[in-house]
Amino acid sequence: MKPLSGNLTDAVGRAPVISGGEQRLLDKLFLGLSGRDYLTRVRTNPLNWVICLILVIGIPLLCQRYLYGLQAITHGSQDYPWGVLLGFGLFGMVPLSASGFLLSTTVEIFQRDDFRPIERLALLNGLLGYFFAVVFLLVDLGMPWRLTYPMVVSFGPAAVLFLVAWHVATYLSVQVAEILPAVSEWAGWPGVKRFILRITLGLTIAGIILSTLHQGALGALFCYAPAKIHPLWISPEFQWLHFFVSSIFAGLSMVIIISWLVTKTMSWRCDQRFLSSLDNITLGLAKGGATALITYLVIKVVAVAHDQEWLLLISGWGFYYLLEIALGTLVPLVAFAYGVRHRRVALVRWGALLAVAGIIWNRLNTVMICYNYRLHQEVPHWKELWVVVTLLCFYFIVYRFILYRIPVLFRWRE
Amino acid sequence: MGAKFSRRTLLKGVLATAASAISMQPFKKTMAHDFQGYQSNRGVLVDLSRCIGCRNCEAACSREHGLAPPDEFPENFQLLEQPTQGVRRPDQNAFTVVNSYESALSDHPLFKKIQCNHCLEPACLTACFVNAYTKTPEGAVIYDADVCVGCRTCMVACPFSIPAFRYDSAFEARIMKCNFCFDSRLSKHRPPACVEACPMEALTFGYRNELLQVARKRIRDAPGKYQNAIYGEFEAGGTSWLYISPVPFEQAGFDLQVPRQPILHYVKDFLAVVPMVLTIWPGLFAGLYLLARNRKITDDSSNHEDMSDETIER
Repeated sequence: MKPLSGNLTDAVGRAPVISGGEQRLLDKLFLGLSGRDYLTRVRTNPLNWVICLILVIGIPLLCQRYLYGLQAITHGSQDYPWGVLLGFGLFGMVPLSASGFLLSTTVEIFQRDDFRPIERLALLNGLLGYFFAVVFLLVDLGMPWRLTYPMVVSFGPAAVLFLVAWHVATYLSVQVAEILPAVSEWAGWPGVKRFILRITLGLTIAGIILSTLHQGALGALFCYAPAKIHPLWISPEFQWLHFFVSSIFAGLSMVIIISWLVTKTMSWRCDQRFLSSLDNITLGLAKGGATALITYLVIKVVAVAHDQEWLLLISGWGFYYLLEIALGTLVPLVAFAYGVRHRRVALVRWGALLAVAGIIWNRLNTVMICYNYRLHQEVPHWKELWVVVTLLCFYFIVYRFILYRIPVLFRWRE
Repeated sequence: MGAKFSRRTLLKGVLATAASAISMQPFKKTMAHDFQGYQSNRGVLVDLSRCIGCRNCEAACSREHGLAPPDEFPENFQLLEQPTQGVRRPDQNAFTVVNSYESALSDHPLFKKIQCNHCLEPACLTACFVNAYTKTPEGAVIYDADVCVGCRTCMVACPFSIPAFRYDSAFEARIMKCNFCFDSRLSKHRPPACVEACPMEALTFGYRNELLQVARKRIRDAPGKYQNAIYGEFEAGGTSWLYISPVPFEQAGFDLQVPRQPILHYVKDFLAVVPMVLTIWPGLFAGLYLLARNRKITDDSSNHEDMSDETIER
């Protein structure tokens, strides 16, 4: 959507002059524009046409999947039970969504008020990431209508996935609660906000516990396949720590990128507080990201040493592994460290982009590329990739819809 | 916001968090600690030197379970092993398959039947978050399609890559896997259909403990005929199906990287971390919060304007 002119958006940044319930709600939904103007702006944005094109093919593919089974859109491989849908959608989206618990810990536990302008964006990014991880799951699960079975019908509490299911479900509710103050400002429910603010500390600590455990548990899931995954990508003793620590710089990098994108594409929606503090915040996030990156690098080396895999490093898989480490970890680390020291915000942002790509690459490697490495290599079906992009479009639409309206990038003036 | 928290609200918050954390984690009484396996565990001993590759077992299995009959036997035995796509494996249409292997030691191709090995401590069972798998005292690992969610973790976990998923149906998707003919035969103390169909007595049904003795006796009685090992005695913590072979096991397509420990062993470390995080984190982070808040109050005591501004901002 094209940037809206300032005087129009002012109308939704605070209570509009025109009162009367229905009119006010329409103002909030249409950003203070008339329905016709709003539609014109939707139509004239070329990005919306690209999305439309993707959806025109993607939605029928989704229907195909729900009518004829997973085989209709994937290779339905018995040797690679988890493909891109889960490798990217669940194992990739969840670490990128660690932003919520990281920033709420920074602001609410460590009392770093200088990060407060970005806290809500980090919370929203976390919530949407988790929500869409579940959406990806609903496409990939064989029997999606039984999603709640591990909670209500049949329990396998000794399984790692049981933990993931329960923690993701509980954490989703925690995140909904954490974002409620922003929603309640927009919707005009002051009581809700007051209640949530009273339990913020509890919510934040619950968020840390649940995140530690399920980020780690996603890694521990691969301990079930100690001999199937290439040894460089699996070390049962440390796997959960690898996944947890890497989620820290992944979440921080994701916030750096999203905040960069919103200042580029919807600066009209950001208030001065957000815009003026963003450079310092970005550098602060990079400082945390660099600490997590160096920790991750060291525990990866520890794993290689512990499992005595040095010789494997000089094989084909070893070079691939070193490439992943170099591009996904080492280069972002240097970019963050240099960028923080010399205040190069742009460098930090490119580093963050690489770190995010690197984490997705690492998860795809663990889930499918280096899984069953002794068998044939599976190349995903184009329909599966298209469905992934389709779901990302939904993610983008929802993300943009919320950022335009709910006071995430700006403060609500009542 | 710091001023808004009294000690009591803090305590309430911490207690509520701890209580909810405990209540959402049902604990399970598990026998895994020193479970030695069921004494009544039945098994099958597969003698690769006796198998002639007739695939009667495949046909009998399909009949027993109402699956499509197996494909025609290929002219070329080697077709049964396709190096580019891996060996034929059990899938949604077949619970058992026979593959052929060229071997330097024997003058004819070697045949090996594969199916679910019915582990003593099954990886599929320990990985399942809805308890769809059961290890029966008779030794069978059976699957309940009525609670399965279709996450396919069991397929990832199985060290022998046995469970297959029915991908080609949206409404009747499920895991397909050998169940040792539990319902129709094993629970009535009868051998599975494949064993009954074997004309060469390559498959011997019995108690696992006794089959291990039989296998050792065969190895001892014919020096040089067999490798001096039983595949399945220790693999993945031990399996109900046991194999003896005239050629080294890797030449017959056995995966020697399957760990000797049950797969559960590799996730125990993480499972032990869970209650620690649940109990230590609340105190740790509540403490960090108090430290940070105290410092902030000291820092800001001279400049009270900031504090009040902060409260409004939220």
